[in-house]
Amino acid sequence: MSGYFILAILGLAFLVVFQIAKASEYVSVLKGEEKTFQQNNRINAFLFMAFLVLGLIGAYWCNELFYDKTLLGKPSASDHGEKIDVMMWMTIAVTGVVFVITQILLFWFSWRYQYTEKRKAFYYPHNNKLELLWTVVPALFLTVLVGFGLYYWMGITKDAPKEAQVVEITGKQFNWLVRYPGKDGVLGRKNYRLTDASSGNALGVDWEDASSHDDVEVSEVHLVVNKPVKFVINAQDVIHDVGLPHFRMKMDAVPGIPTTIWFTPKITTAEMKKITGNKDFVYEISCDQMCGSGHYAMRGIIVVETQEEYNAWLSDKKPQYVTVKEAAPAATPAAAVDSAAAKPIAAVK
Amino acid sequence: MNESTFQGQQVVTDTQSHVHDTHHEHHHHEESFISKYVFSQDHKTIAKQFLITGMIWAIIGGLFSVLFRLQLGYPEATFPFLEDIFGRWAQGGKISPDFYYALVTMHGTILVFFVLTAGLSGTFANLLIPLQIGARDMASPMLNMLSYWFFFGASVVMFASLFVQTGPASGGWTIYPPLSALGQASDGSKIGMDLWLVSMALFIVSSLLGGLNYISTILNMRTKGMSMTRLPLTIWAIFFTAILGVLSFPVLLSGAILLLFDRNLGTSFYLSDIVVKGEILPNEGGSAILFQHLFWFLGHPEVYIILLPAMGMVSEVMSINARKPIFGYLAMVASLFAICVLAFLVWAHHMFVTGLNPFLGAFFVLLTLLIAIPSAIKVFNWLTTLWRGNLRFTPGMLFSIGFVSLFISGGLTGIFLGNSTLDLHLHDTYFVVAHFHIVMGVASFFGMFAGVYHWFPKMYGRNMNNTMAYIHFWITLVGAYLIFWPMHYQGFSGMPRRYYDYANWESFKQFIELNRFISTVAMVVFAAQLLMVFNFFYSIFKGRKVTSENPWGANTLEWTTPVNPGHGNWPGEIPEVHRWAYDYGKDGRNFIPQTEEVSEHESKH
Repeated sequence: MSGYFILAILGLAFLVVFQIAKASEYVSVLKGEEKTFQQNNRINAFLFMAFLVLGLIGAYWCNELFYDKTLLGKPSASDHGEKIDVMMWMTIAVTGVVFVITQILLFWFSWRYQYTEKRKAFYYPHNNKLELLWTVVPALFLTVLVGFGLYYWMGITKDAPKEAQVVEITGKQFNWLVRYPGKDGVLGRKNYRLTDASSGNALGVDWEDASSHDDVEVSEVHLVVNKPVKFVINAQDVIHDVGLPHFRMKMDAVPGIPTTIWFTPKITTAEMKKITGNKDFVYEISCDQMCGSGHYAMRGIIVVETQEEYNAWLSDKKPQYVTVKEAAPAATPAAAVDSAAAKPIAAVK
Repeated sequence: MNESTFQGQQVVTDTQSHVHDTHHEHHHHEESFISKYVFSQDHKTIAKQFLITGMIWAIIGGLFSVLFRLQLGYPEATFPFLEDIFGRWAQGGKISPDFYYALVTMHGTILVFFVLTAGLSGTFANLLIPLQIGARDMASPMLNMLSYWFFFGASVVMFASLFVQTGPASGGWTIYPPLSALGQASDGSKIGMDLWLVSMALFIVSSLLGGLNYISTILNMRTKGMSMTRLPLTIWAIFFTAILGVLSFPVLLSGAILLLFDRNLGTSFYLSDIVVKGEILPNEGGSAILFQHLFWFLGHPEVYIILLPAMGMVSEVMSINARKPIFGYLAMVASLFAICVLAFLVWAHHMFVTGLNPFLGAFFVLLTLLIAIPSAIKVFNWLTTLWRGNLRFTPGMLFSIGFVSLFISGGLTGIFLGNSTLDLHLHDTYFVVAHFHIVMGVASFFGMFAGVYHWFPKMYGRNMNNTMAYIHFWITLVGAYLIFWPMHYQGFSGMPRRYYDYANWESFKQFIELNRFISTVAMVVFAAQLLMVFNFFYSIFKGRKVTSENPWGANTLEWTTPVNPGHGNWPGEIPEVHRWAYDYGKDGRNFIPQTEEVSEHESKH
């Protein structure tokens, strides 16, 4: 019902606008084209000035409304993110100044140089000095931005430190699978043809590789604060993307081509709850690459905690190999006595 | 068509009706409806065909955005009328995720390709090239006609894909495989995707036929005295656009064909190590990233294919209505050229987070940010063109000024995204949505509107209604900023694009009121576009007749033709050109048409 009501109002509005528009055309014929033109010109020139003033006020107001809802005022949860934030503010400053100056000039000129019978336009076809000026000045600013950008980029994308905790994240429609390498620090080999979720091998791990026997598969990522972490990122079906807004990081998950990112988390989940004043705060992994109809619900959780909390969390996790073999003891009896793997994992240092 | 074959409009009509009469028994001295309005070889008619087809697509594409904005703005609400129209796609009056993604995908595809490529450069390249360089028609009117009809074919296939059982393509307008390659992964990747690819192949053929024609016409068919440096900037912009299209569209075609092979012939160009819904696929050795390289090798030039003609038209309209030459003509041409070259060298900035080698990425950062320099030159030249002018705010002029404002706003955010360090945070968030909608979507639309309002008198010999045009402009300018400006803030929170619902996300759910606001404004702006469309069609039939050949007091050649030029454009000789196109306000004279000889008393510049 309300739909038709809205349509009716729209139709009426159209009719009114149309009638006014037609009427104004007749009026302009009666009043004289030149007079109408000058009148309209003044109105539009005034509106440009009004748009500039209200627009700048609006931009300020918009900032007041939404600044606190963004990550701009909040500390980055990773060391790389801190660099990215510096770069961000640098770029906001440079582009902000250019934005304000050029928009003011544009609309002020539009208002200031509106048509009058008195003025003749100034014939000014070119000036090479000016052209040179606004080639060189932007180039200088860009050099600074490119310089800092690449400096940070190289730092962020260099190899992860050796002591980094390795965590494997695999995207599939529509959730994330997480694997820890266990005590040996090595992720077991995978072969996608072995993938069989019903028998407990959702990741296609090759159990022939002994380094897989202590690998732990979980559904949440747990990280130790101030300890570098390296994500090894995979996808099973289509391209996904590990989006980590609070850490300011992002990396695609591509089937057949593993990718990596690394960073050092700086703030625990508990601390972040205090900082944001949100008791429900949680670090989220958002899928940032369109991956199908469940794309919007492909949510992962990261918990950043102290070493002790982390150890406690990991201590009761059983390696996937053990779970699988326990579930099917008849098939491979040898597995149950694999003492190295059967022991609960001690915390990875 | 050779100049010498045309001595005048009368001759044209006579020859054609003779040819005609030999084929038909009955005698008449008019072209048949079919050859005049349907399979026309007159560049002006073809331009109108492109424009009107583009407008129809724009309404469809715009309507799609209104529909998915309903979901984003009112995720909890139900709209029973949607179920009446769309059936199972909107069960219970709620848009389904599959439907949402189909809408998003088709919105992008339609607006990028069918509206802003075909509808914008197809229209104005066809209309303006012969008229502004002083030619009777295109180098090959036949290819020109085919160019439209291939576009029409592409339109029919794409339109048909909206009605198939499993829905149209729904993997985003960038159709990244494997999502677009595997029917198991998404309903939209079934027959709808094949139709998308076929449609795009036809579209590319259309674009190539058109582009080659534009280039050869501009290079070979300029009238006497029309040296390249006397061309209006519109023609320069269209020229570079055509070069971009001719060199980059074939790469997309190859990418699309390989994707068709992967989909239907069991090849593995883009597929490797895939387990989809528990099914283990045999494909190994392909690279999903290869497609992205092929796609963006077109995809990035594509945004300039959209933007350059708008820049050209804005320069022209702005100069005419400032009653002042465009400032720095040669710098404007040089910056167009620089953008054209750089457009080919920056495609991987869309791929910083795909696992691209960071060292390689560094070069793309540098080359991408280099584009800011020619862009800055253009902006400052436009500002200086306005400075000390005598500005007439015709609707075309309003949209030109609006274009510059939007180009600044959207261009500056490109400096964020082109910097790989910031892209790590902002990639695929609403910041990107805001950036490209402002700089290439709305800005290009503004260029197109400037062109439509400015050249409408030439197209139809009538005027559009100014009051409706003013309302259209102000609602659209204010609305565009209200919609897209706050989206930057959503981007700063890391909010990803292409999400159906944010309610379950602790990090992104704080924007529900904002989303509602944006959706409401989007509907108002859409209604304003309908007003423009109404104004357009109403004015074709009922607009006030144009009384003067040169209603804007412009210098270029199209305003030396009769109010309603026939096929062949000039009834007599093609005029000769003696000067550049921008002698406005020179030596105290309001304007000096290009056809006027340079007198010895004129000042030099």
